[in-house]
Amino acid sequence: MTLNRTIPPTITDAVSFDLQLRKCDQYQLDNGVPVYSLDAGTQEVLLVEWVFYAGNWYEQKNIVAATTNFMLKNGTNTKNAFSINEHFEFYGAYLNRSCYNETATITLHCLSKHINELLPVVAEIITESIFPEEELNTYRQNQKQRLEVNLKKCDFIANRLIDEYVYGIQHPYGKYTSTLDYDHLNREELVAFYRQFYTEGNCTIFTAGKIPAGLSQQLNQVFGKLPLQKKTIPAIHHPVLPSAEKKIRIINDAEGVQGAIRMARPFPNRHHPDYSKVQILNNLFGGFFGSRLMSNIREDKGYTYGIHSYIQNHIHDSAWMISTEAGRDVCEATIEEVYKEMQILCNDQIDEEELSLVRNYMIGSVLGELDGPFQLISRWKNYVLNDVDENYFYNSVNQIKTTGAEELQELAKKYLNPDSFYELVVI
Amino acid sequence: MILYNRFILDNGLTVLVHEDNATPMAVVNVLYDVGARDENPEKTGFAHLFEHLMFGGSINIPDYDEPLQRAGGDNNAYTTNDLTNYYCQLPAQNIETAFWLESDRMLSLAFSEKSLAVQRKVVCEEFKEHYLNKPYGDIWHKMRELAYKVHPYKWMTIGRELSHVENARIDDVKAFFFKHYRPVNAILVVAGNVKTDNIKRLAEKWFGPIPMGEKYIRNLPQEPVQQEARKLSVEAAVPLDAFIKTWHMDARLEKGYYVADLITEILGGGGSSRLYQSLVKEQKLFSNLDCYHFGTMDAGLITIEGKLVKGTSMEQAESAISAELEKIQQTPIGESELIKVKNKTESVIAFEDMSVMSRANSLAMYELMGDAALMNTELNKYRNITTEDMTSYSQQIFRESNSNTIYYHAR
Repeated sequence: MTLNRTIPPTITDAVSFDLQLRKCDQYQLDNGVPVYSLDAGTQEVLLVEWVFYAGNWYEQKNIVAATTNFMLKNGTNTKNAFSINEHFEFYGAYLNRSCYNETATITLHCLSKHINELLPVVAEIITESIFPEEELNTYRQNQKQRLEVNLKKCDFIANRLIDEYVYGIQHPYGKYTSTLDYDHLNREELVAFYRQFYTEGNCTIFTAGKIPAGLSQQLNQVFGKLPLQKKTIPAIHHPVLPSAEKKIRIINDAEGVQGAIRMARPFPNRHHPDYSKVQILNNLFGGFFGSRLMSNIREDKGYTYGIHSYIQNHIHDSAWMISTEAGRDVCEATIEEVYKEMQILCNDQIDEEELSLVRNYMIGSVLGELDGPFQLISRWKNYVLNDVDENYFYNSVNQIKTTGAEELQELAKKYLNPDSFYELVVI
Repeated sequence: MILYNRFILDNGLTVLVHEDNATPMAVVNVLYDVGARDENPEKTGFAHLFEHLMFGGSINIPDYDEPLQRAGGDNNAYTTNDLTNYYCQLPAQNIETAFWLESDRMLSLAFSEKSLAVQRKVVCEEFKEHYLNKPYGDIWHKMRELAYKVHPYKWMTIGRELSHVENARIDDVKAFFFKHYRPVNAILVVAGNVKTDNIKRLAEKWFGPIPMGEKYIRNLPQEPVQQEARKLSVEAAVPLDAFIKTWHMDARLEKGYYVADLITEILGGGGSSRLYQSLVKEQKLFSNLDCYHFGTMDAGLITIEGKLVKGTSMEQAESAISAELEKIQQTPIGESELIKVKNKTESVIAFEDMSVMSRANSLAMYELMGDAALMNTELNKYRNITTEDMTSYSQQIFRESNSNTIYYHAR
């Protein structure tokens, strides 16, 4: 019998899968620090993450939060920057730190067998960092140089400006760094910020991987007596002050052969009832390789290597963003096509075939993301920080399975309105 | 220890199966033994352009992505100077969809003119985005041409120039396909929540009927030993001076490769590495500095690259690097420093092996090198490296006559 290759094998619709989110263990250290723990995986590896409410939301002056976070590895009372790095690297471990808007993190990846040697030095970093002036100077100089290089890149400029238009230059989501900010930094401000938001700050710990026996006791012994969690997180409100002008064109490099295009509109956060449903609409619009933007602008017209749309992952306010780099002479044509695709979503109901494809694709992706301890803990972390629980997961999955074409069209009409979009091209 | 089963179909297709029932997913990875090194020097960028065309429809299936997405799957691919690799992940129940799709595009592409016309443009935009429209974007184009005079590593995977991609014709595409994309030149790895018996059945059903093709015998001109230092000085519209220097090192399976890998760690791996500590932190000559290699199959390059702190001269920067290299050549590396880089290698391997997709990819890669079992002996090769190996190999490679240097000046 010859094989008929034109007939696809039968598939199980991913929408019929009963997705289960693996539960996360939860406990508290003696000082009240909550710990979320996920014991899974086959390799003897471990992730421990300390999340502090120490993002730029809480700083009084630009880049104090980011600099404080960066310099956590640059010296304590007993160890200089080199010794700190050497300690972690000796054990083949990675200690990273990142600063976000609301939060800032310290993240440790290591082989499970080395964890006991590593935790005490993390505690030292949280309580005894000294922010040496010389380290600060080196940081200033190197960051300024790095910034100078980045300012030559159209995508870098576009990412900064589009956020400024949507949120305003004073808002933590909209502000960005100038070389002057580095000059204005002073050590005392870092020390004060560090004391308030790290040493005596508010911390949540996430652990995942092959959790070694006794890890909870070990964490409690090393971190359970630190002066964390004593004060409440300051309630700070940052007003959104968007730009009045909406359509902006900038030439950053007269010789540039591509333009960075960003289009964005304000969008509510996860707690809004439209949020999960719009994820489906977004996927269909520009969220994956088979999306309409990708099919039209890359696969049909060849204007770009890639075009994507997404909802920014912010805790407070958010934005719906379209992002691409396109040939210089086709930037305007690209924008026109994006608006055309919006218009089609508003005018014509999505047919069942396309909708079922997107549903299956999304459920398949979620299933893939439920695999592996680090991916799982990252999902849990996102839920904890956004103040939602596992019901959010089950609701979202349910929305993917059930939201209909009519409702998606209504959402398109509500949000995909060209007048509500900021539009930027940086060449 | 990564376990797998291995069998070869009658048409020469090698199949590896790695069962892992802890995941609900399955991964199908198809590696073709062809990369940019196998290109005609007048038609560079072809292997990579070809990777794009593999998504433009096959002989019986007009669209690759759509049915895969409908089955809850996702996919991607990459091309290097050595090989081309395609991989998809989907719920294990739907694995046959991946067999159907992958086997049809191994059988034959649709060779659509429209797809070629569009993907030529897409790849040109990719070329611009990554290499033309970025400060320092051409640095590796220049370095490859300087360091390789004979071996096809002298051009980038993306191609030597835009015109090569722009001029690609459908006949070139067909010839390339039937030369390289044959079962006998491919390795199929299936991993995840699967059973070997079932995979064997599916492989025979879908891939079995594809004509074997001719085994591609690679016969590349090898780079002769470099006899004298090469230097190049360029100017570009960039804000900072950049320095890059490379030295020829051993091929992927040679012992020297493993030693070179540890040397890059000693010199540039992390905040406690020698170059970072000495040149960025203490002497403050560089604002960033990296030491790396690309892990190429044929003899590769060990690279030191960084941007200079304003006010530092190229000569100053270079002699400070030379001083560090002299140290590693003359003074034996301390025991604990060697343990450090071995520990790091152990953990890199453990983290890599976490995801099924990465395990599938590694199995294919090691099988391409000759035997998938190499994956399980890799760590031991690093463990066996001694202080003497490090010293003598440093002396062997870090010779001026073996080096290529570019002074990349800010205009």
